[in-house]
Amino acid sequence: MSSHAGFVIAAYGVSFIALAGLIGWVFIDQRLQNRALRQLESRGVRRRSEGKGAQP
Amino acid sequence: MSETVSKTGRWIDWANPTRFMSFAGVILPWLAGLTLIVLAGGLWMSMQAPDDYQQGATVKIMFIHVPFAWLSMMCYTIMTIAALGTLVWRHPLADVSAKAAAPIGAVFTALALITGSLWGKPMWGTWWVWDARLTSVFVLFLMYLGIIALTRAMDDPAKSARATAILTLVGFINIPIIKFSVDWWNTLHQPASVFRMGGSTIDGSLLRPLLVMAIGFTLLFFTLHLMAMRNEIWRRRVVAMRRVAARNADRGPVQ
Amino acid sequence: MGALFVREVRLGLRSGAGILIGVLFFLAVIAVVPFGVGPDLKLLARIGAAMLWIGALLATLLGLDRLFQADRDDGSLDLLIMASERHLLTLTVLVKCLAHWTVSVLPLVVASPLLGLFMNMEPAAIGATTATLLVGTPAITLIGAVGAAVAVSLPRGGLLVSVIVLPLTVPVLIFGVSASYGAVEDPAPFLAPFLILAAITLFFAVLGPLAAAAALKSSAD
Repeated sequence: MSSHAGFVIAAYGVSFIALAGLIGWVFIDQRLQNRALRQLESRGVRRRSEGKGAQP
Repeated sequence: MSETVSKTGRWIDWANPTRFMSFAGVILPWLAGLTLIVLAGGLWMSMQAPDDYQQGATVKIMFIHVPFAWLSMMCYTIMTIAALGTLVWRHPLADVSAKAAAPIGAVFTALALITGSLWGKPMWGTWWVWDARLTSVFVLFLMYLGIIALTRAMDDPAKSARATAILTLVGFINIPIIKFSVDWWNTLHQPASVFRMGGSTIDGSLLRPLLVMAIGFTLLFFTLHLMAMRNEIWRRRVVAMRRVAARNADRGPVQ
Repeated sequence: MGALFVREVRLGLRSGAGILIGVLFFLAVIAVVPFGVGPDLKLLARIGAAMLWIGALLATLLGLDRLFQADRDDGSLDLLIMASERHLLTLTVLVKCLAHWTVSVLPLVVASPLLGLFMNMEPAAIGATTATLLVGTPAITLIGAVGAAVAVSLPRGGLLVSVIVLPLTVPVLIFGVSASYGAVEDPAPFLAPFLILAAITLFFAVLGPLAAAAALKSSAD
């Protein structure tokens, strides 16, 4: 049955790589959006909803 | 948009993206931690699980393959509910949810296919069988890709939301027909030798890790889904703010 | 509604090149098959029905993106949507689909017996395939209407429409081809898949225009 170990390892490996890629993509996306938000905020751009006093 | 939101009554708590963001911020660390614990436990239990007398070590592939297959269907169901939310209640978060879920669902479906293929090679002697179940999942995967292509093809989120919702709903109504037709097609063509896995009962020693892994991957899905939704809201804020910035820049020289 | 049908058919016929290209594409696909699988006449006869169905499916998809886009370009789509208080938009879409089918898909059905001869098919198989195409291709057009409506605002939606629609047409293909084989191969039934095919067409005659109308409305506002 050890000949099948390769398939098991491959299945787990592929799943691990794909899920790591998915998680990594989500984190990179998060960082990109946050950086863009911070840049825009530092340039003094505000969202309309903030201007209306929805937030302090 | 604000009028429709106010009409929906108690849904308003969830309709407000800002409130959703704070909710997501509170719950995400807990959800992620729980996911890690359950998945780690599930992995450990899978490693400890005895080999099946018939399938040997390959039965370990089941512990990831079955959760992936289950998630591929659950994700489409969530997208369908979100599509209903977009079309019927005009819920502003529904479209964010659908758009965020599609790539995650596609990855899980692809993994279900790949792990199934890796399971099939030692068990059936071939990478791919045009078995009814595999074929249906493959068609589901193609539908995911079509939906993703459509969401990414349109720039305007409001327009793409309704178009995607309609496509998702039509696809969901179609799934039973596709399943039925593929079953029919399969019995007609009688594949040479297909190992029936539905009939065999699973022993408790294998069922427990499977259950834990299924819960773990479901938690992982919800964690990723919430994070992707949050990213999507951020992305839209960035787009909106860029637009404001561009307008201000236009106005600037006049003042 | 009758006037709309006549208008659509006339418009479709006027741009006669469109029909011709559809049939030519069908012809080209079928003509390429022997080069791919070899000139073995027995094999060709065996896969003939399937090849005719796949060729017809692709040729039908080819013209789908023009279903609403031409109307959108000249603004008459907005008129049709605005008139939806008087005429149900769903019904309008259904009529448009029928007209589109008459103009650009019916020629494919008519051409299929000739192409069946190229594939060395028996007369019974040719007849069955033509009959299933006649019953089944409206379903493809009706499903395609959803794809075309969803992608109507995209400048180059043609390929996208095909990608979206193809997975949804799997049942039509399965039952169309099984019925065609059922007519020739003895144990396989003909009537059952043929009736299911007809049921699928009728089902999509309701679902397709409904969804397409909803998509068109949302693309307008």
